[in-house]
Amino acid sequence: MAILAMATGFILILIGFYGALTNRNILRMIVAFTVADTGVNLVIVANAVPAAEAAARIIDPVPQALVLTAIVIGVGVTALMLAYTYKLYEKKRTLDITKFTDLKW
Amino acid sequence: MIKRFFALLLLVGIGAIFAGLLVGYEPDPELNTTARYYADRTAADIGSANIVTAIVVTYRGLDTLGEVTVLFLAAAIVGLVLSRGRKEHAAKRDRTPVGELLRTGSRFLAPLIMLLGVYVFVNGHLTPGGGFQGGAVIASGMLLLLLTDPLKHFSHTLIAAVESLSGILYVAIGLLGIFLAGGFLDNRILPIGTLGALFSAGAIPIIYSLIGLKVGAEFSTILADLSDTEEL
Repeated sequence: MAILAMATGFILILIGFYGALTNRNILRMIVAFTVADTGVNLVIVANAVPAAEAAARIIDPVPQALVLTAIVIGVGVTALMLAYTYKLYEKKRTLDITKFTDLKW
Repeated sequence: MIKRFFALLLLVGIGAIFAGLLVGYEPDPELNTTARYYADRTAADIGSANIVTAIVVTYRGLDTLGEVTVLFLAAAIVGLVLSRGRKEHAAKRDRTPVGELLRTGSRFLAPLIMLLGVYVFVNGHLTPGGGFQGGAVIASGMLLLLLTDPLKHFSHTLIAAVESLSGILYVAIGLLGIFLAGGFLDNRILPIGTLGALFSAGAIPIIYSLIGLKVGAEFSTILADLSDTEEL
């Protein structure tokens, strides 16, 4: 069960990276990042289940506390990305990342 | 095209690393020392039925204070970035009025959602849930209100007052712990009570309620700031 959740998490990370690398629209990239973020959280939580879970009937609480923190910080990061995206759009009237070449050399 | 090829190549590499991790993964046969300590001692030391809450609020309470600070900073920066050079509100465009269903539904549901949020953070030490989750639920109620009327303006003073007050009280309770109990953010300034009762686990329900209010206020600020960009 834990292996299944962990595999799902890894797949989600890969999907997120794929989306972030191939999309040019900044909003789509942000969505892809949140998908990868969810995948990371899933992997950490899946790591918390000991082998003798039925016998122990208790799960490692430390990764869960860590993921609780990670989710909240993830929301903050997403909000910041959205705010900067808005500023970028206001400046150039486009969301295409390839149009932002000011730092390119 | 070549870019997409390199992206896929990179993904295949990362996927190979992940596959290696997955194949080599063996779950621990039993809880490690830290987890064992928390599992064994929480009920006696903290009196909280929810071990994750005990870790977040008391054992690693300082980290949670830092986390709330990070969230506050994120909300403040979103406000700063979005407010800079913001034009005065353009004349309100005629917009299609929202449907009857959404309007009535949000009027009916928003108070219930907020009540659920309060329930979640008040019971944070008993059931899965807590301040962060409850705060997010409260903010989702605010989001529903914003969806109904995108031009609605929440009272920023009220939200800011709730946020600052709960933050100050949070730190004050933490400082009380130094003088009355074992250290900063120690929950034993109040009696621990019986495990599983609503008024148990010392100061944890109070601290988590304050965190819930603070997180709800911060998320609401972010939502209100983002929705103020509507006129673009």
